[in-house]
Amino acid sequence: MVTPTVQRAWELLAAVPDPEIPVLSVLDLGIVRAVEESADRRGVVVTITPTYSGCPATEVIAHDVRAALETAYDDVEIRTQLSPAWTTDWMTDAAREKLRGFGIAPPAGRVTLPLLGVGRPAACPRCGSDAVEELAGFGSTPCKALWRCRTCREPFDYFKKH
Amino acid sequence: MSPTSRGGRRLLTYADGALVLSHRLSEWMSNAPTMEEDIALGNIALDLLGQARGLLQTIGDEDELAYFRDSAEFRNPLLCELPNGDFAHTMVRQLFADAWFAEVWAALAAGETVGADVRGVAEKAVKENAYHWRHSSAWVVRLGDGTDESHRRTQDAVDALWPFRGELASDEWYARVEPVLAEATLSTPGRDAWTQRGSADGWHTEHLGYLLAEMQSLARAHPGATW
Repeated sequence: MVTPTVQRAWELLAAVPDPEIPVLSVLDLGIVRAVEESADRRGVVVTITPTYSGCPATEVIAHDVRAALETAYDDVEIRTQLSPAWTTDWMTDAAREKLRGFGIAPPAGRVTLPLLGVGRPAACPRCGSDAVEELAGFGSTPCKALWRCRTCREPFDYFKKH
Repeated sequence: MSPTSRGGRRLLTYADGALVLSHRLSEWMSNAPTMEEDIALGNIALDLLGQARGLLQTIGDEDELAYFRDSAEFRNPLLCELPNGDFAHTMVRQLFADAWFAEVWAALAAGETVGADVRGVAEKAVKENAYHWRHSSAWVVRLGDGTDESHRRTQDAVDALWPFRGELASDEWYARVEPVLAEATLSTPGRDAWTQRGSADGWHTEHLGYLLAEMQSLARAHPGATW
């Protein structure tokens, strides 16, 4: 049930940025599974699903979520839920648009399993050309690969399908 | 689940395999042939470390298990602890390990006999492994079917590592690995060739002790340290 307490928590979470890609909030990333009022009604319980197994941002995110919620609640509990595993399909369309505006090509299309490839960015996030090629399958964070535009010649990050 | 129960030992094989291989890959940091490759190996090592932690947490105290066991208590397949060698050697080792993990994670993700946390780790790892496999298989083909020098080095790596496949190989493993080696114009002594085993009983190569000495030294010098 969306009580005022829970509603307020969602609003606070919408302002918690991803530490590596600050243009996205933790809600944009789609990692917040649930927000509930705690049993004694004095706090909230937030359930989070991590993105990548070894992503160093995971612990920072949990810390930031706690800090944001502790401004409004005495009691904040953060739970981790592993299954079902996080997927880029949980990123909202608005989040994909924000990524593009930030210079990162959003995941191309929806994920099908088994994962047979990283997918291909639809277009260069800078100039919109579809003449793009992969430079490296791994990038500066676990979620990204490095691509290059052959039209504007700029390299860019691609948020991998996952 | 206790580390010495049957199910615990099986999970330890996977967790230790991921942990030890992750540490090996981390030895490439700042030494890889290109910066992109440094980043790629770092990413793969990080995924493996996260997978290892996820499994170790279901078995017991992760720090206790990672830092305070000796080599005879580790259950990783021997292949995972072998030294990096040259880049071709590292990529062939990765190919063999990735093919094994593909089967491991798929089975755990679908498994009714494992707990929800193990299944959750595996569901995540299945997708991470797909990227690792894409990387190692592409490199093995490029190196094997490359210059005379890269072919020679990659064939040397296959010759050196093939005798360590026994703890990983299944029909499914061969079905993954053999087509890649064929495309890479590399040959093997075949499925029936002799193979080394021992890790299931705690018998390891001499290399694991040195790896653990480095990996565990900080935790053992400062037990319980936090930051």
